[in-house]
Amino acid sequence: MELNARIPAGPIEQKWDRHRFDMKLVNPANKRKYNVIIVGTGLAGASAAATMGELGYNVQAFTYHDSPRRAHSIAAQGGINAAKNYQSDGDSIYRLFHDTVKGGDFRSREANVYRLAQLSLNIIDQAVAQGVPFAREYGGLLANRSFGGAQVSRTFYARGQTGQQLLLGAYQALERQVNAGTVTMHTRHEMLDLVVVEGRARGIVTRDLLSGKVESHSADAVILATGGYSNVFFLSTNAKLSNVTATWRAHRRGAGFANPCYTQIHPTCIPQSGDYQSKLTLMSESLRNDGRIWVPRKKGDDRSPERIPEGERDYYLERLYPAFGNLTPRDIASRRAKEMVDAGQGVGPLKNGVYLDFRDAIDRLGKQAVSDRYGNLFAMYEKITGEDPYREPMRIYPAPHYTMGGLWVDYNLMSNVPGLFVIGEANFSDHGANRLGASALMQGLADGYFVVPITIGDYLSGTPPWTGGSGDAAFRDVERDAKARTDRLLSAKGTRTVDSFHMELGRLMWDLCGMERNAEGLEEALEKIPKLREAFWNDVTVPGSGETLNQSLEKAGRLADFLEFGELMCRDALERDESSGAHYRREHTTEEGEAKRNDDEFAHVSVWEYRGEGEVPVEHREELEFEHVPLSQRSYK
Amino acid sequence: MRLTLHVWRQAGRDDTGSFETYQADGISESMSFLDMLDLVNEELAQEGKEPIAFDHDCREGICGSCGVMIDGVPHGPKSMTTACQVHMRSFKDGDEIWVEPWRATSFPVIRDLVVDRSPFDRIIEAGGYISVRTGSVPDANTTPISKGAVETAMDAAVCIGCGACVAACPNASAMLFTASKVAHLALLPQGQPERYDRVLKMVDVHDEEGFGNCTNHGACEVACPKGISVDYIAQLNRDLVRATLSFRPEKGTAE
Repeated sequence: MELNARIPAGPIEQKWDRHRFDMKLVNPANKRKYNVIIVGTGLAGASAAATMGELGYNVQAFTYHDSPRRAHSIAAQGGINAAKNYQSDGDSIYRLFHDTVKGGDFRSREANVYRLAQLSLNIIDQAVAQGVPFAREYGGLLANRSFGGAQVSRTFYARGQTGQQLLLGAYQALERQVNAGTVTMHTRHEMLDLVVVEGRARGIVTRDLLSGKVESHSADAVILATGGYSNVFFLSTNAKLSNVTATWRAHRRGAGFANPCYTQIHPTCIPQSGDYQSKLTLMSESLRNDGRIWVPRKKGDDRSPERIPEGERDYYLERLYPAFGNLTPRDIASRRAKEMVDAGQGVGPLKNGVYLDFRDAIDRLGKQAVSDRYGNLFAMYEKITGEDPYREPMRIYPAPHYTMGGLWVDYNLMSNVPGLFVIGEANFSDHGANRLGASALMQGLADGYFVVPITIGDYLSGTPPWTGGSGDAAFRDVERDAKARTDRLLSAKGTRTVDSFHMELGRLMWDLCGMERNAEGLEEALEKIPKLREAFWNDVTVPGSGETLNQSLEKAGRLADFLEFGELMCRDALERDESSGAHYRREHTTEEGEAKRNDDEFAHVSVWEYRGEGEVPVEHREELEFEHVPLSQRSYK
Repeated sequence: MRLTLHVWRQAGRDDTGSFETYQADGISESMSFLDMLDLVNEELAQEGKEPIAFDHDCREGICGSCGVMIDGVPHGPKSMTTACQVHMRSFKDGDEIWVEPWRATSFPVIRDLVVDRSPFDRIIEAGGYISVRTGSVPDANTTPISKGAVETAMDAAVCIGCGACVAACPNASAMLFTASKVAHLALLPQGQPERYDRVLKMVDVHDEEGFGNCTNHGACEVACPKGISVDYIAQLNRDLVRATLSFRPEKGTAE
């Protein structure tokens, strides 16, 4: 496997400009001769499909939802970062770049992150022009809020529904191109596999989820925008259908998987209320702007929160990190919450949360102002818990939320398989070992609107339009594989349901490869996962047939891939014998209990090469260089 | 709690469908309505029977995938709440619950509780956007927009496209859905250049898709999990009248 990051030469401020000039272009009249497949219609996929349609490419877009607007980007609440410096509080492109590299604990590629910070400006302009109703100040100009890991106010937001409004903007632009005939939309189609012909990505095999029909689609290039893999934990804040299948199948066909162990645990989610629970719900991190996090000083304190006097409360983030207080980065806030709960200071009926208290904010700003900022989040909290956060503190606890790892890509966002591009959460590129809040929306849209539509031209201009089409024998082979897997799942006729296996995998991953990891636990996981996978294939029961809408079959196929992927994730976590960002190895902590990096041995991207079922994958490395942000121990004190 | 469920089961579009009765045992009040359906489905799968098909995804009330009639009410008993956010504390031990798909000619049933809502995409495709190319836009702060205008636009823009408005309407009209997008864009300065063209195109497709007309029942607003007001339908009608009088070329005359 050859890993060439293709980082352009020149000063970091000029790399993207120079690169745009150096890249070859596709003649406008020739663009329509090129077919491009885009899988996934979240922020990255929808914005890429819309923009490439506008440019004149022939785009085929796929989603397993009934409409492109349902993708999980829709659930992002808090906001989107951009270095507009509208607040004149010292922000700049360089500062956003710096914050993101530092927040990622020095495990991301500087050149990519700088470009992301540059493009953040264009995203806000684009969204406003589309009619995204970002919050405004009384003078009519755009408003900002603060987010974790930053000391400037650079987050743009639309109440607590920023992801929804940005996705609807991209979705509307996409539908405009559907109307113009440049984009063909395939809804309720799930990608089952990637087709590689003579070393190049040439198409995908899909299942029509309504008819069960397995179909081939060919193209000159394939773009995956299929999101992250947090659902390997079963319980996460991801939507129920989010899965690893598209990226995992591409990995099996030769694409390197980078840093799978980097999984972000979001500090502010509603604690689990029972064993039956199907998913966890996130409460926007923006709440940490005005909410204060605390636990009772006394272990097992059963008093209701308002009866616990000020002196008996531990505002532990404010105590430990006076400079950032409640706005420390996510990995730190999450670990500290876990420590408090593990120490017996947890709150709530199951003692599995910490308080996020708005009493002081309501006293200071008034109930109306708090309601204007967070009203919909408070309402959601009350619906789920039956408790009123205006009167009693919220209870929160960390939950799996976002995955920084993903398919390896170069500066052009192309994987090591020529013609296979990967954008948004599905790639590994910009967040290093930990993502800062309000940066996922930024990355998805930067990749989709501004990067891949340009860089793909450089690839396509060097390859004549493909004449092979889906009649090529390679497609028949992949179709046969896909059908065989479906048949095997349907014919297992065992005794256990798909969900029972998924819950078992999730518990195992959470316990052994969750917020904290150690070598012993990871080795245990590496022994247990293959056994669980074997049990799954022998004993799963998938009712119904393959010729109709069959949600059990869909779930089973996705879980089969999680059962392979989970093993790689644990292997990566074991191999990375340091702590960095969200990857916290108990063996490697500073005296103050923070993640202790080992830059001499681990300042690299781990890229895994698939070697076949049951074979140990091979690790390749992309060394990271830090010319602009000097390597340092992160400090938020 | 122990509940009796009567759930609509239908194998496919052309099947006639009927209610099946299931017992749901061991339901706790902190479960969501969909957690409860999951539990019933687990038991069905365990017995080798086909689980109840229903659309769902985010389970946070924002993706708009879920939507079923619970005791004849879209999304069930709690106002401004999607089915995934209805919790079982809204029910009591021994309750009988009737669960059905959205019923509207324009939303044919695909299977069990799953319906085809693709007409909504086609209404947006007709003109529910502002035509700007990626990159060809001014700085975001070039056009100040009053806080009030943005908030009013946002109140319309929060539509999740679930289809409850259609299911609630005695005419199976999708006017609240259409109006929420028309109003969202018409209330903002960026939406002005295409304002009247947009409303004509979107309403035309709304009608072609077979949705009924609005006769001001207001059931849609009550059913809407985001509380979108029928005032936006009035706004749509004002724009539609103006557009029809001033902008629509008469049939058979030169444009």
